[in-house]
Amino acid sequence: MTDGKKIPGAISIRHVSKIYDPEGVHVEAMRDCTFDIAAGEFAIVVGPSGCGKTTLLNAVAGFDTITGGEIYLDDELISSTRYQIKPNVDRMVVFQNGALFPWKTVIQNITYGPIVQRKMSKAEAYAKAREMLELVCLNGLEDKYPEELSSGVQRRVEILRALINEPRVVMLDEPFRGLDAVAKTVMHEFLMQLFCATPRTMFFITHDLDEAIFLGNKVVIMTTRPAQIKKIVTVDLPWPRQHRVMNTKQYIDLKQEVLEAVHEEARKAFEAGEREMA
Amino acid sequence: MSESVMAAQRPAKSASTRMKIILEKFFNFKTLRGFSTVVVFCVLWQLVVYYEVPYLLNLPRPLDVANNAGASAAAPDYWINWGLSLMRIFIGFIAAQVIGIPLGLAMGISRTFKQFTFSIFEILRPIPPIAWIPVAILFWPTRELSIYFLVFIGAFYIQILNVIQGVSNISVNVKWAAYSLGAKPKDIFWRILLPGSLPSIVTGMTVGMGVAWNVLIAAEMIAAQGGLGRSTWESYTNHNIPYIVVGMASIGLAGSLCSVLLRWLGKRAMPWTKKF
Amino acid sequence: MSDKTKPAFFKTALFRALLGIVLFLIVWYLLTAVLKLPRFRMLPNPLSVVKEWTSFHPVSGRSIFTLPYYMDIVYSVARVLAAFSLATLLGVSLGLMMGWRRIFYDFTFPLVEIFRPMPPISWIPLAVLILPGIEVPVVYVTFIAAFFATVLNTLLGVLSIDKNYFLAARCLGSRPIDVFRNVVVPGALPFIFTGLQISMGIAWLSLVAGEIIAGQKGLGYAIYEGYSLFQFDQVVYYMFTLGILGYISSAGIRAVGRRLMAWEARRRGM
Repeated sequence: MTDGKKIPGAISIRHVSKIYDPEGVHVEAMRDCTFDIAAGEFAIVVGPSGCGKTTLLNAVAGFDTITGGEIYLDDELISSTRYQIKPNVDRMVVFQNGALFPWKTVIQNITYGPIVQRKMSKAEAYAKAREMLELVCLNGLEDKYPEELSSGVQRRVEILRALINEPRVVMLDEPFRGLDAVAKTVMHEFLMQLFCATPRTMFFITHDLDEAIFLGNKVVIMTTRPAQIKKIVTVDLPWPRQHRVMNTKQYIDLKQEVLEAVHEEARKAFEAGEREMA
Repeated sequence: MSESVMAAQRPAKSASTRMKIILEKFFNFKTLRGFSTVVVFCVLWQLVVYYEVPYLLNLPRPLDVANNAGASAAAPDYWINWGLSLMRIFIGFIAAQVIGIPLGLAMGISRTFKQFTFSIFEILRPIPPIAWIPVAILFWPTRELSIYFLVFIGAFYIQILNVIQGVSNISVNVKWAAYSLGAKPKDIFWRILLPGSLPSIVTGMTVGMGVAWNVLIAAEMIAAQGGLGRSTWESYTNHNIPYIVVGMASIGLAGSLCSVLLRWLGKRAMPWTKKF
Repeated sequence: MSDKTKPAFFKTALFRALLGIVLFLIVWYLLTAVLKLPRFRMLPNPLSVVKEWTSFHPVSGRSIFTLPYYMDIVYSVARVLAAFSLATLLGVSLGLMMGWRRIFYDFTFPLVEIFRPMPPISWIPLAVLILPGIEVPVVYVTFIAAFFATVLNTLLGVLSIDKNYFLAARCLGSRPIDVFRNVVVPGALPFIFTGLQISMGIAWLSLVAGEIIAGQKGLGYAIYEGYSLFQFDQVVYYMFTLGILGYISSAGIRAVGRRLMAWEARRRGM
């Protein structure tokens, strides 16, 4: 997988906090989060619902400002309290509910990035897109509109749309949420195939712990709100992974470790909710 | 963590901060920008009149309009006109609701009924209410009644369309859930269909009010005695030009007030919607 | 017993629709020609209306076989088209800009909101006084009516676009103009077309009012003239003519919308 070339895409998150509406409602979403993602690493972020995972993603992607700390991409400052680089191709996001343009066909969606950035001519972009679709066995769908496709296919097209731009970091916000277990296995295979072919920094948010350990090599566990980093678990399983790895002792131990940490936080979040109603 | 828990952790706000927040609400960039466009418009208006720009020769001076507005506000006749117009709007509008909502519900609920009635409905609907004026005058014994009828026509079609859509929007799941909880058809109607179509009914009212107001003014100009539309038209024939503008503004204001009232009622009727 | 694959004709929607129309005509005829109920006495009955509409020598001089009828239609249609096209051009542009750029909205919204509640018809006296000629005021009033409806619907259309599309477009390296062409315009299109249908209806409404009050020639004017000359049959079939034209224009807009928004059509499986 690693071939000695220096891959870009190292993320450094340093003491980042985010408070929404400081003068008004004052919601503290993140407090003093610090961790690193090495270039080419597949990092997964897990935590209880509503804890602030998406807030973190928004901060790194440049969608939202932060109220404390700094974020670096390859040692360049991309976000701080006074400075923020607007969203760009370096940090590509795949959205939770899907953001394929419904008014464009599959191939128009995929080629949108390269064409609009003037990196490729229309013919070149179309050829590359067709190549990528062929690679993952999705050819034949070029002229369909997203609404005509199943969610699993839509997801994969959206990931292709992101990857064709060769971003430094790919950020995925629970991309496979709502897909059934069978479809998910296909998605995992798909993502892993692409990742192994061209390693790229991945920032992947999910609730599904199996998905987290199966896909990632670093699992970052966040606490309930205000979000902090509870624990970072390194997943040392060899690549490429197959589903039978889920039965190995190493996997089961890792899962137990992650599960206990997440469960503790989920408990706290749940109790906080319950206290409100009492 | 809940918001109330976090509120307790929030730093206490001093009186001066609160004052600052209120001031910011009114004197921020947003209102300044809007205000500046209105000011620019008034200045241009004055300049156009002052320099006697061709094609716009008869425009009244802003000052004359302002004076006339003051004089009108002091005159009882002006307010009588307000009353007349408002009364006409309310009678016609409420009639459209009283007849239109049940009809719309019936058409939404019973496919058979809709199949019989929708064709006539769709044929008569594109006829502009104003085109109904002669027929209305012929049919109704008094002028006032024909005006109410015209306002009714304006709001009626829109309401029916909205109600039909409202009923069809209610998710089938909600109805099935109700049945499995032991509801009878009567309950379904009163507790599910009616509240569920309420948002559409309110939308129909809001849009219908706008159209009704439009129709009223036209009807008044053509065929009524008294009322804001009539008085604006008469000021045209009497060459009282500044009042034309005052009349227009009054009509606009009256219409806005009705819409605001309707919106407020809508929010009260549907406390479960945050956005309207 | 009954064939499940093809319902009896008596139960189809088409039959019921036709039956509804027929019943309406029968009731109308009964009320006006047979029973001659007090209120309905003055109204024309369906038979005489149809007779006049299709006669070669109509009393009023206007029927489907006479030129003046079509001249009236042409006048009205031309005015509506002129006003509607201008209103669409300006209204969609303004609506898109207001929805897309907050600053633009801040500047323009208050002014728009002052003028929007003024019923288009209330503009007639001022328009006739200020604008030259007869045609221009009538077209202007029609334009104003359609304009504000279009602006509002376009604005709502832009605001209805899911924010994620904007974010995705930014991530993919779009410049503002790309976002405008690829997200704002297509995203607002469904609302815009619904708005255009509404504004077409409003345009016809205002046109007729304008013609009655201030115009010469045209369907609205002819309706009022027919009324004052006691030619009630003409009044009625002119009303139906308006209805037909209104329906055709809305259907036309819908058809254009279906072609431009192919993705919506496919979604509904058409």
